[in-house]
Amino acid sequence: MTEKYSGILIFAEQKDKTIHKVVFELLSEGRKLAEQLGVGVYCALLGPGGIDAKELIYRGADAVYYVEDDEIFNMPDELAYSENLVNLIKTIKPEICLIGATSLGRSIAPRVAAALETGLTADCTDLRIDDDGKLIQIRPAFSENILAHIVSDKMPQMATVRYKEFQESKPDFNRTGEIVSFNSIRPMDRTFEFIKELSRKETDISDSDVVVSVGAGIKNSEDIKMIYELAGLLKGTVGASRAVVENGFISREHQIGYSGNRVKPKLYFACAISGAAQHIAGMKDADTIIAINTDPSAPIFNIADYGIVGDIYEIVPMLIKRLKEINQN
Amino acid sequence: MRVIVLVKQVPDMERVKFDTEKGVIDRKSAGTEINPFDLNALETALQIGEKTNSEIIVLSMGPHSAEQSIRDAIARGAHKGILLNDKKFGGSDVKATSVTICAGIKKIGNFDLIIAGMQSVDGDTGQVGAEIAQILKIPHISFVEKLNEFDCNSLTVTSNIWEGIYLKKVKLPALITVTKDINIPRLPSFKNKMLARKAEVTVWGYDDLEEHLEESQLGFKGSPTKVKKIVIPKTAHREGKMWREDYSHAVDNLIEVFKCRKILEV
Ligand SMILES: Cc1cc2nc3c(=O)[nH]c(=O)nc-3n(C[C@H](O)[C@H](O)[C@H](O)COP(=O)(O)OP(=O)(O)OC[C@H]3O[C@@H](n4cnc5c(N)ncnc54)[C@H](O)[C@@H]3O)c2cc1C
Ligand SMILES: Cc1cc2nc3c(=O)[nH]c(=O)nc-3n(C[C@H](O)[C@H](O)[C@H](O)COP(=O)(O)OP(=O)(O)OC[C@H]3O[C@@H](n4cnc5c(N)ncnc54)[C@H](O)[C@@H]3O)c2cc1C
Repeated sequence: MTEKYSGILIFAEQKDKTIHKVVFELLSEGRKLAEQLGVGVYCALLGPGGIDAKELIYRGADAVYYVEDDEIFNMPDELAYSENLVNLIKTIKPEICLIGATSLGRSIAPRVAAALETGLTADCTDLRIDDDGKLIQIRPAFSENILAHIVSDKMPQMATVRYKEFQESKPDFNRTGEIVSFNSIRPMDRTFEFIKELSRKETDISDSDVVVSVGAGIKNSEDIKMIYELAGLLKGTVGASRAVVENGFISREHQIGYSGNRVKPKLYFACAISGAAQHIAGMKDADTIIAINTDPSAPIFNIADYGIVGDIYEIVPMLIKRLKEINQN
Repeated sequence: MRVIVLVKQVPDMERVKFDTEKGVIDRKSAGTEINPFDLNALETALQIGEKTNSEIIVLSMGPHSAEQSIRDAIARGAHKGILLNDKKFGGSDVKATSVTICAGIKKIGNFDLIIAGMQSVDGDTGQVGAEIAQILKIPHISFVEKLNEFDCNSLTVTSNIWEGIYLKKVKLPALITVTKDINIPRLPSFKNKMLARKAEVTVWGYDDLEEHLEESQLGFKGSPTKVKKIVIPKTAHREGKMWREDYSHAVDNLIEVFKCRKILEV
C-alpha cells in the first residue's frame, strides 16, 4: 500500500493571489523531510489566475499543481477548496500532505481527510521521520499543557501545521521545477447562497516582535491609551486578556490566549494580567516575558523573566516617560 | 426544525494535574464538565429553537459518566439527550469519533442543523465538526461568532476565517462550529434542573447503530492516528527577576533589557 504513495504535498494557501507565509515555512520543513525520505516536494495551489507560482519552485517545490479558477477560490468556500484538494491528492498520491493550521486550513483539512478516509493530526508544532520512514507528528493538546507524538497508519499521512514554527525557506532563483495546470471542479450543489467579506485583519498580531498586553486591572477603555503609547514606543502591538475583551474595552482581534491569538514575540509585556492557564497558552513561547501586577502571588510571575510588583497606573507612565527621553536624545 | 447539538464531556482543565516527571495526566482528581465551547453551541441552538419552535437534541459519545453532561444540557434547556456508549467505541480518534457520531445522527434522522464547538479543551483538534459535515455530505461553516439571520430553510452567520470576517448564508441542512464569542451561555434553571433529574437519557451502543456503521470503522481499530507518546514539557527556564519597590530602578533595568534584546536601538 505504501509504495503507491510518494512525495510530500503542501497546500499553498493564498488570498488575493498572495501566498500565505506559512507555505514558505512548510516548504523549508517539507524539503528537510523529503531529503530524509528521498522523495519530491509538491505544492497544491488553488486560486485565481495570475499567481506567481514560480516563487514556490524557488522556495523549494519540485512541482506546483496549479488549479486555476477565477471564481471559486476568491472566497473561503470550504466545499470548493476541499473538493479540489481531494481530487488533486487522489491523482498525485503523496505519502505526506501538509496544510498550514490557519483558520481556513483547519476548516478545509478535516473535510479532505474525511473524504479520503485517512487520519489527520491537528495543529502540529514539529515533524520528524522515524526509522521506518513514517511521519511523527508532534502537537500540543490539553489546552497546550502536553505534547503528543502521533503517527498515522493510513495514507496520505495528513497534518495541519502551525504558523511560525519553522523558518521560511529563502528563494533560490536557480531552482527549477514544473508548473502543472490542473482543471478545477465546481462543487455540484451550490449550497452556499453567498459568502461576503465584511472586513479583514489589517495587522496580524502574531507578526509583531513586541506585544504589550493589558488585563482586567485596567479601569476603563480610555486608560488603554497608555498601553497603546507604551506599545508605540516599543514598536509593538497591543494585546489583551479575554477579560478586557469581554468588558468591551478592546476588540477581539487583540485577544491573546487559547481562544484568541497565539503569539511568539521577542518581548511580551503583561500589564495587570493574572496569568490564567488560558492566557498563558497564547504567549508562553515569547523570548522574554515582563509582567507588572499588584499581586505578588499572581501566576504570571511564575513564567516572567522580569516582574514588577506594582500598579500599572504608576509604572507604565514612568516607563513611557523614560522611553520618550531616550527617543529625544 | 430539528437541531442537534454535539456535546463532549471533558475534564475540568483548571483541576487537571500534569506530572512533568512521569509524563502522566491525572484526570481523576479533576472532575468533568461540558466542553466550554459546547455550552456556546447549546446556547446557539436554544436561541434558534426559541424563534423557530425547534426540537433541540444533545448528542454525546463517551463513557457512562457523560450522561451527567447530557443532564446538564437538559437543565439548560435541551429537550432530549442521547449518549453513544459502547466498549467498542473506546480509543477513537477524530475519524472514528466522527463516523460513530454520524451513525447516531443518521439514526436520529431528519435533522436541519448540527451545532458543534470550535474545539474541545482536551483532545483539542477542532476537527470533529468538519469531518462530520463531510461524511454527511452537508456544508459546514467554521468559527461562527455571530448569528445574523435564520429561518427553517437557511442560516446567515458571521465567521472569522481567512484573515477576515465573512458573512455566509447557507441552505439547510448544514453544520456550524461556534466560538466563545457567539454568546454567553445561560445557566440551568431550577425548573429544568428538576426535569433533567428525571429525564430519560437514551443510550445507544454498536448494536443500535449497526445499520449505519461497520465494526472495522470503530474505536482503536478504526482510528488511523495513534498517540505514540505524551510528553509534558517543562516550562522554559525564566530568569525570574522581581522588583517590589524602587520602581525607578526597576524601570532602568527594563530599559537595559530592551536594549539588550534589541527592542530599542541604541
Ligand atoms: C475555554 C476558555 C477559553 C479562554 N480563553 C482565553 C484566552 O484566549 N485569553 C485569555 O486571556 N483568557 C481566556 N480565558 C479566560 C481566563 O481563564 C481568565 O479569566 C482571563 O485570562 C483573566 O484575565 P485577566 O488576567 O486580565 O483578569 P484577572 O484574572 O481578573 O486578573 C487581573 C490581574 O490584574 C491585577 N491588577 C489589578 N489592578 C492592577 C493594577 N492597577 N496594576 C497592576 N495589576 C493590577 C490583579 O492583581 C490581577 O492579577 C478563557 C477561559 C475559558 C474557560
Ligand atoms: C493528546 C491527544 C492528542 C490527540 N490528537 C489527535 C489528532 O491529532 N488527530 C486525531 O484524529 N485524533 C487525535 N486525538 C483523539 C481525539 O482527541 C479524540 O478522537 C476525540 O474523540 C475527538 O476529538 P477532539 O477532542 O479533538 O474534538 P474536537 O474536534 O476538538 O471537538 C470539536 C467539537 O466536536 C464535538 N465533539 C467532539 N467530540 C465529541 C464527542 N465525543 N461527543 C460529542 N461531540 C463531540 C463537540 O461539539 C466539540 O466542541 C488525540 C487525543 C489525545 C488524548
